[in-house]
Amino acid sequence: MRVRLRHTKLGKVRFVSHRDLARVWERTVRKASLPIAYSEGFSPRPKLHFGLALSVGHESLAEYIDIDLSSGGGVAIEELPELVSAVLPDGIDVTGARQVADNEPALQAVVSSVTWRFRTPETDASALGARLDSVLAAETMPLAVVRKGKPQEVDLRPQLLRAEITGSDGVTGLEVDLATEGRSVRPDELLAALEVPVDGTRVLRVEQWMNVDGLRQPPLPAEPSRSLLAEAIG
Amino acid sequence: MTTLWPQLESLLAKVQKPARYIGCEDGAVVPAHSPDRVSWLLIYPDTYEIGLPNQGLQILYEILNERPSSTAERAYAPWIDMEAELRGAGLPLFSVDSHRAAADFDLLAFNLSAELTYTNLLNCIDLAGLAVRQAERRDHDPLIVVGGHCTFNPEPIADFVDLVVLGDGEEVVSEISDVVGAWKAAHGNEPVPDGSKAELLLALAKVDGVYVPSLYDVAYDGPALVSVTPKFPGVPERVQKRTIADLAEWPYPRRQLVPLTEVVHDRLNVEVFRGCTRGCRFCQAGMITRPVRERPADQVRTMVENGLRRTGYDEVALTSLSSADFSGIGDLVRDIVDAPANCGQVSVSLPSLRVDAFTVGIAAEIQRARRTGLTFAPEAGTWRMRQVINKLILEDDLYSAVESAYSQGWRRMKLYFLTGLPTETDEDTLGIAELGRNVVEIGRRHHRNPSVTVSVGGFVPKPQTPFQWFGQNTREELGRKIGLLRDATRRERGVDLRWHDPAATMAEGIASRGDRRVGAAIEEVWRRGGTFQEWSECFDLDRWTEAMAAAGLDIDWYVYRHRTEDEVLPWDHLEAGLHRDFLWQDWRDALDEVGLEDCRWTPCYDCGACTGYSIEHIVASATPPAGGSQGTGQLAGLASTPVALGARAPVVTS
Repeated sequence: MRVRLRHTKLGKVRFVSHRDLARVWERTVRKASLPIAYSEGFSPRPKLHFGLALSVGHESLAEYIDIDLSSGGGVAIEELPELVSAVLPDGIDVTGARQVADNEPALQAVVSSVTWRFRTPETDASALGARLDSVLAAETMPLAVVRKGKPQEVDLRPQLLRAEITGSDGVTGLEVDLATEGRSVRPDELLAALEVPVDGTRVLRVEQWMNVDGLRQPPLPAEPSRSLLAEAIG
Repeated sequence: MTTLWPQLESLLAKVQKPARYIGCEDGAVVPAHSPDRVSWLLIYPDTYEIGLPNQGLQILYEILNERPSSTAERAYAPWIDMEAELRGAGLPLFSVDSHRAAADFDLLAFNLSAELTYTNLLNCIDLAGLAVRQAERRDHDPLIVVGGHCTFNPEPIADFVDLVVLGDGEEVVSEISDVVGAWKAAHGNEPVPDGSKAELLLALAKVDGVYVPSLYDVAYDGPALVSVTPKFPGVPERVQKRTIADLAEWPYPRRQLVPLTEVVHDRLNVEVFRGCTRGCRFCQAGMITRPVRERPADQVRTMVENGLRRTGYDEVALTSLSSADFSGIGDLVRDIVDAPANCGQVSVSLPSLRVDAFTVGIAAEIQRARRTGLTFAPEAGTWRMRQVINKLILEDDLYSAVESAYSQGWRRMKLYFLTGLPTETDEDTLGIAELGRNVVEIGRRHHRNPSVTVSVGGFVPKPQTPFQWFGQNTREELGRKIGLLRDATRRERGVDLRWHDPAATMAEGIASRGDRRVGAAIEEVWRRGGTFQEWSECFDLDRWTEAMAAAGLDIDWYVYRHRTEDEVLPWDHLEAGLHRDFLWQDWRDALDEVGLEDCRWTPCYDCGACTGYSIEHIVASATPPAGGSQGTGQLAGLASTPVALGARAPVVTS
């Protein structure tokens, strides 16, 4: 039985790497005594399937993980968020759980875009708005990046699906949708292109999206109550 | 006291491995600070990955936080990039629990497990915003405390610290805390006035196991040390180490810290006994932690069961200096592996495997999966040499152990050796290559491409051991011996030779047996930027040679010179429990190639560790472990082996 969990990554734990987080999850499923399925072979590992990596230092309201439970485990799925959150580190809370098909396509394959929110204390909202307008009006947005140690030029424009200024309280906010398919663009690279200082800017992944029959939807919607709590913390 | 987190978090985006600095471990406590509590910052002066798993630090962290009158947090040496960011931003060393400034604590207590971390000790004190020299610190500054194995010769760092703690910390840490608490209370828990620290240090010097270097005069005659004597009445002439009598009373850590980022020994660690009487003459840990105190097997089972459930680890290490010697080790590990709660998914590891087939048999039972590599430490290449160092492993012990390992599925063997040992000849050195070659040969009977890693370290004589009088091999001599081994193994397919840098071995020699004058050189190495000297990418020999020259100190004299019986050693006023005449006789026995059996299962040799403290070995079994190698009966039937044992008359106790 495959279960999909949605979780947050907020606060100090945002500095934990994707690889380290995988190890946290391995211990978490054992701590929660979940009837986890193990891989075969000399070095059996719990069968966990991770979604798109989140860069070290970025926060998220919408991370996903698929967990394979051995059959007949007798786990009540609606109790999973409470049960698992209790043994996760502060800042990581499970905000949704649902059974998915055993052959459900991998999270990394189905997610096609991500909504990011940036909060940048030292940026003038109107100047940023003007830069954004010109970017959105242009057909290309060439950007020098480094891939596999080599400098390259990528066109960021096709990846930028939406962008708007959302600032309030003297903190300039920016929310964008970036496509994850094709030439991927990192949030930091977009910030640099918009001349937003990366230092001191908080980066939050608000949602991941997949296409289902032409409509975008999250891999798993958040439970309203837990999601509000997470927003409040974020 | 306020948290520095908001200032720190903007720095963390710019450094490698920022998870080193966030805390948030499972098992970490929310520190309870208040003016009437004594606050300790427990510091490991190396990276988080090395320091976090340290069991000694974790034990004291729990004990201090359980007491209503104290609170403890932790800190680790920030890596070079983070240090630069901190200094650039004008921020100090901080705790990882609540990210408070180090100088806000009453005591900064360092765990010193390796001499090459001494420059990091100074760097941490400096980064805390304090003067590195004890005499220059102000009365209201935190006390600098050091503990751990290195403190059995603390003289090279004596000028930088306030207190040195000798031996087991479980009890004495509370006693120190109470003295500091009473002193704070006497001053109304307000910042103390100038001049008040002297009374505190005098009071602390009266606590058993506490050495206050600033209360002693040191006299020299030219290069020679003449004496280290108390300046004041009431200050002990000799400081005795602390020893907890019964490990069963200290089932710590109860809540082992589980980090969010990968560290060394990243598994549940349960200490099964403390102390070791194998009597390996090079081994400082085995000498200074006597007697052997086993934890009851049932308590080990409980700690393993609770620990695995709480942490989610799938591996547990049963730790000690020689875990295969634990009474009933076979039953214990079988119980853990077969426990229903562990679902067959938990592996057990025994650090420091004993070299014999019996031990490999245990390893086979507990490592049913993941049979990749096994490590053995014969330490020397010939039987003659192993008698000198009292590591009584026959070649047959080693060969039957590796035969057993290869036949049961292990493919990679790792063999640890020392070179530069007393009386070592080139034949002894080349014996290392010979053993490696023979092990590969045995492996070929089982696998097509067996690989044997032969790891060679340069020997550094350590204080409070029989080899404390031995002049260390020069850097050039160690280099020559490694060259011999490289030549001898160059064409050997399957033998992978690794060696420790002889230059770092020399620096370790300076710090290991130096006297108080060496402190100036250590400070100079630090001032020249020499931090993280355990890390080869940071080590630079020139800093050490230049610093020694600048301090007017002679490396030959401090490191390479043999000491005589009547020489006053810098640590003679500090007691690890071993009689000096026992150590001297053991040194003579070593030179005569005479071995000494393990006293757990033979009559007492009166080394002093038990009798001096009215405590005894706590061992559940009165007989040596089955199949025991290393001088526990396996030599009895071997009349043809030229072995001399038990030359010394056992002490008769009535």
